[in-house]
Amino acid sequence: MLTINGIYKKFNIGTVNEKEALTNVSLTLEEGDFVTLIGGNGAGKSTLLNCVAGVHSVDQGSILIDSNDVTKLSEHRRAGSIGRVFQDPMMGTAANMGIEENLALAFRRGQNRSLKWGITHKEREHYKESLSQLGLGLEDRLSSKVGLLSGGQRQALTLLMATLVRPKILLLDEHTAALDPKTAEKVLHLSDKYIKEGNLTTMMVTHNMVNAIQYGNRLIMMHEGRIILDIRGEEKQKLTVEDLLKRFGKASGEVFANDRALLS
Amino acid sequence: MTIGVYITYRILDIADLSVEGSIAMGAAIAANMIYSGMNPFAASCLALAGGMAAGLVTGLLHTKLKIPALLSGILTMIALYSVNLRIMGKANLSLLRMDTVYTPFEEMGLSHANSVTLFGFLCVMGVVGILYWFFGTEIGCAIRATGNNSQMARAQGINTNNMIILGLVISNGLVAFSGALICQSQSFADVQMGIGSIVIGLASVIIGEVLFGKKHFYTRLLSLVMGAITYRVIIALVLRMGMPANDLKMFTAITVAVALSLPVFRTYLQPFKKSIKGGM
Repeated sequence: MLTINGIYKKFNIGTVNEKEALTNVSLTLEEGDFVTLIGGNGAGKSTLLNCVAGVHSVDQGSILIDSNDVTKLSEHRRAGSIGRVFQDPMMGTAANMGIEENLALAFRRGQNRSLKWGITHKEREHYKESLSQLGLGLEDRLSSKVGLLSGGQRQALTLLMATLVRPKILLLDEHTAALDPKTAEKVLHLSDKYIKEGNLTTMMVTHNMVNAIQYGNRLIMMHEGRIILDIRGEEKQKLTVEDLLKRFGKASGEVFANDRALLS
Repeated sequence: MTIGVYITYRILDIADLSVEGSIAMGAAIAANMIYSGMNPFAASCLALAGGMAAGLVTGLLHTKLKIPALLSGILTMIALYSVNLRIMGKANLSLLRMDTVYTPFEEMGLSHANSVTLFGFLCVMGVVGILYWFFGTEIGCAIRATGNNSQMARAQGINTNNMIILGLVISNGLVAFSGALICQSQSFADVQMGIGSIVIGLASVIIGEVLFGKKHFYTRLLSLVMGAITYRVIIALVLRMGMPANDLKMFTAITVAVALSLPVFRTYLQPFKKSIKGGM
């Protein structure tokens, strides 16, 4: 489904701030894999996601989606097969546009846009139905500006937009980190539901170890630009936070340094 | 013209200075073509095309060569100054006793002022109608999303660079077209006529938004038209009240500065309001 072949990524090449964000990262995701991605600050989790999405180009290596090489494709050309939810609730939606307009933009992801009318009546019914599944009452506010919604509502809407057209890969980049715990739980639940229903191949970055263990069928831990742990199947189901910390210590030779992850 | 400025400033979130050049360019093209005996309607359309080309240049400078938007606009504006001089051959061109787009209306018995108003009104309505349609289409929505949140637009598979170029092309085309109409109404084209037009455009945009609301897209478009008219009325009033015409640009600049800073003043005032309410 998704194949990452030995990618390297360096930032600020040739300056004192040169930083190797990804070092020889290889990873293969099967259809329907739900991977949680965890690691300390600066471990390269978000960089990895951004490389898959095409925000950053890679210095070396290749990325294949469904055995199509997308390494050289620009961000918007890849968008047809990738759904994304960002950490910042402001990022995933256009605040000055209506809920239905945002959905209509997402509905045409990966298609050529023409001079046809931006939203059709038939679509509107479809949007209403999808929105009602969120259980937030948004289905009655189709033309409201997205800027008026709360962070949690916007993340839920972004999630819906990311899955409205079935993506080959869903990328969730700490999409609940900016929400209060209760809303975060709700949005996570919703994500899990969509992923299970659509059997979506997913990569989810999180800082929360409990969530990383609780959700998904595979857990990957990164450290200093490398994948140091890859736990899946039954082994993952039995995993506890203590196990994870111990195994991190063994794999990296360091104590897990991420206050946010430890506290949560 | 206000609408052209609106597209870049509000929809694309770019203050595009190339309009200063393209308004004069529209005038220059129209004046020159009419002078050499071309049909005034065709000449105005040619002005539209010229403006679009200017917008294309700004767009390419900004998106392909990664020059900051403001600077791209300035570069195009400066370059257009020479281009306009080339087109006209001299610094200004008179169109007295030439056929203009208003001539057919004058032949129907209307005065010059009335035919300018009538034809201007028709054009504005036409432009508003077309833009309302255009920004409702898939491409139009994509342009709006680009200006609103370009990262989101790219994530939804929109080629944001092309959308920025397209927006600049349309807005500069409209501005040049209005330049053509202006020069025909005053029977005069001048390379200097564009100076300050971005500020005038912004003034109209802001006055329109403040006075006539910005709730729906069509009320927004209409409020732009009303804003432009209001601005002209205000200018006419202060001139009649005896303000020297030389101070006009200063007055406009102050108006725009005050209008743009209104939201900031509001946030300053907010705590006071709250404390007053809390005290009661």
